[in-house]
Amino acid sequence: MLKVTIDNILIEVEEGTTILQAARMIGGKVVPPAMCYYTSLKGSGGKCRSCLVKVAKGSAKDPRPIPKLVASCSTPVQDGMVVENTISAEVQEARKGVVEFLLINHPLDCPVCDQAGECDLQDLSYGFGMEETNTREPRREYPVVDIGPLIKLHMNRCIHCYRCVLAAEQLTKKRAHGMLYRGDTIEISTFIRTAIDSDFSGNMIDVCPVGALTDRSFRFKSRVWFLNPMDAHRECSHCSGKVAAWMFGNEIYRITGRKDTFGELEEFICNECRFEKKDISDWVIEGPRKIKRQSVISGNHYEQMKKGSIIHPIEGTTEPQE
Amino acid sequence: MGRAILLDKVNIPGIRAFEVYREHGGYKPAGKALLGMTPAQVQQEVIKSGLRGRGGAGFPTGLKWSFLDRKSDKPRYLVCNADESEPGTFKDRYLMEKLPHLLIEGLILSSYALGVKTCYIYIRGEFKYLVGILETAIHEAKKNNYLGEKILGTDFSLEIYVHPGAGAYICGEETALLESLEGKRGNPRIKPPFPAYKGLYDCPTVVNNVETLATVTSIISMGGDAYSKLGIGKSTGTKLMSACGNINKPGVYEIEMGLPVEDFIYSEEYCGGIKNDRMLKAVIPGGSSVPILPADLILNTAKGQPRLLTYESLAEGEFISGSMLGSGGFIVFDENACIVRNTWNLTRFYRHESCGQCSPCREGTGWMEKILYRIEHGQGRMSDIDLLVRIAKNIEGNTICPLGDAAAWPVASAIRHFRKEFEEHIK
Ligand SMILES: Cc1cc2nc3c(=O)[nH]c(=O)nc-3n(C[C@H](O)[C@H](O)[C@H](O)COP(=O)(O)O)c2cc1C
Ligand code: SF4
Repeated sequence: MLKVTIDNILIEVEEGTTILQAARMIGGKVVPPAMCYYTSLKGSGGKCRSCLVKVAKGSAKDPRPIPKLVASCSTPVQDGMVVENTISAEVQEARKGVVEFLLINHPLDCPVCDQAGECDLQDLSYGFGMEETNTREPRREYPVVDIGPLIKLHMNRCIHCYRCVLAAEQLTKKRAHGMLYRGDTIEISTFIRTAIDSDFSGNMIDVCPVGALTDRSFRFKSRVWFLNPMDAHRECSHCSGKVAAWMFGNEIYRITGRKDTFGELEEFICNECRFEKKDISDWVIEGPRKIKRQSVISGNHYEQMKKGSIIHPIEGTTEPQE
Repeated sequence: MGRAILLDKVNIPGIRAFEVYREHGGYKPAGKALLGMTPAQVQQEVIKSGLRGRGGAGFPTGLKWSFLDRKSDKPRYLVCNADESEPGTFKDRYLMEKLPHLLIEGLILSSYALGVKTCYIYIRGEFKYLVGILETAIHEAKKNNYLGEKILGTDFSLEIYVHPGAGAYICGEETALLESLEGKRGNPRIKPPFPAYKGLYDCPTVVNNVETLATVTSIISMGGDAYSKLGIGKSTGTKLMSACGNINKPGVYEIEMGLPVEDFIYSEEYCGGIKNDRMLKAVIPGGSSVPILPADLILNTAKGQPRLLTYESLAEGEFISGSMLGSGGFIVFDENACIVRNTWNLTRFYRHESCGQCSPCREGTGWMEKILYRIEHGQGRMSDIDLLVRIAKNIEGNTICPLGDAAAWPVASAIRHFRKEFEEHIK
């Protein structure tokens, strides 16, 4: 077991654990945001740079600090390592820089974007974005395309995390899309404009941290925070059949995979479950999913505010509770 | 000064041919090493020589070789980085064109030292004409039993393959190069793991620059100790400098490390002074990625010492008043050169060449280019200057590979030393 200290909290982890995984074991505020890393996708991570942290002490053996900030998602823990995330001003500054970079070409179309309310970039911007933009340059623009009958691609919103590319590569039999071009002109595209056609392609929507890939069967049907996400399951011959059913009254508006606290799917689900089973009789509804209290989705009061939420009368703020 | 070690044979007519090269002492070092030295001894000579990587970073070559995972039972690879695409750098091309056998011999010696049986030369796509030259040299060496099975009757066998890239600067970054060599998109890998453990096809791999590997031939020929006596301090030996810009004699020169920059620019032996007797304005001493220095700081350090062509002297003053030797691409600007235009031009290059994988470089290079375009075209705002400094700072050190730094430094240094010029463009 290796000992690592993150923001003054000591934890023991197994060899091979990354800093991000160790931080997730601690949980709470010390967890760096991750836009491109995805535990179940091999080779993901390292790209978005929003999880940068400072290694103030390399290891017990070699206590020198690492001169540059490191991507916590792809840096393995060493025994005796000391990591700074929220307590390092340098890290916070760098993260603000990264968020600014992610936003300079991202359209501010949250009001009409289906992802609003469950968008990782939106959360990141609330945390680290600036109030005013410093850029006067026009944003890059791409046409909106249908990649097959089920998925819509808004390349304008893409932050190039590569998750969908990896998902397509690792979940589907025939890899049909990837990254084209270079630099700030790179874009996700299907090869030679073919449609994406695979039993598991819908998971690309779930792994997309922003609104670049959206579910064509759900587009503009409802804001996510008007819906109640319920755990539901069915017998399925392709996947586990365990899903989240997003309901309004007795109607199912959409089906997604079940996401954990870090926004990652617990299991990938098949397209039949996702796109074809929209009737309540298709599913056994288990009950409401646990949603973070901070999420706008829980603002719909479908889950009672827990006892123990302290309201500070003076600041008028609510202590966040998990 | 002016001692030629790499280029001593360059003017011999027909030196590209195996026979001529051998008549003039070529392949003697290879014979000496394969028949009379152990691989460890060859590596020891390279360590003793103090040779540092000529591809830009100046990392000690012997030390890099000692990192190679020798416990693994996978095959090991040596990859020669001939992707030379940095603006201002054109020394490897010259070396390969003029003295292909010097490189092949260096590859044989290095492979022998490293226990490598397969070696790749990854060559920039635009250097198509060199592929034929190198392949002819490989063919000749093979015919004469310096390559192939059981070289010179020993147990050592080696194959060398030339692999042309598709013309991307980023494929010069060693891990992007390996991806490209594997047939994938040339995106740099996230390190660790380093190539010494997981390189080409996940096997232990050493990547070295053309000049570095060619120099191994000279080191075995003259001995590591003798080589280390050339140069100054930790900058041993000689270095190829590719000089260009507003000088009388642009070209590739071999210098002994420690030559004063002033001599290099003004002596007849090298650059021959500034064209049309104009004044020197600035120099980018090590290829487009290193900080630019104004005339007074390139000739003398901030402490008033003469600036020398060594890794240490050029770096003195760090980023406040220094630069780097880098790959030796020496770009000279005279008094009429426009620093803003030049900086814009460089950002245009980095914007185009960024692989687009990580956010700071992908977005930052494009943003800087757009702002510099505006300034150069009369639409700048005073606040843009500080914004550029901030963008450069947010890129630097926060990216996957050093291309981000390479894009940030030219902008940051140009503003640091020539801020007035930017302001005048905006006013
Ligand atoms: C963007 C980028 C481009 C590079 N291009 C080259 C190149 O064209 N040739 C080269 O030898 N090294 C290049 N390098 C350096 C290589 O990554 C690597 O350090 C070098 O090949 C190691 O060889 P050396 O130790 O012999 O210098 C580049 C690095 C970066 C970050
Ligand atoms: S720094 Fe630039 S070139 Fe290097 S990996 Fe990141 S985006 Fe690609």
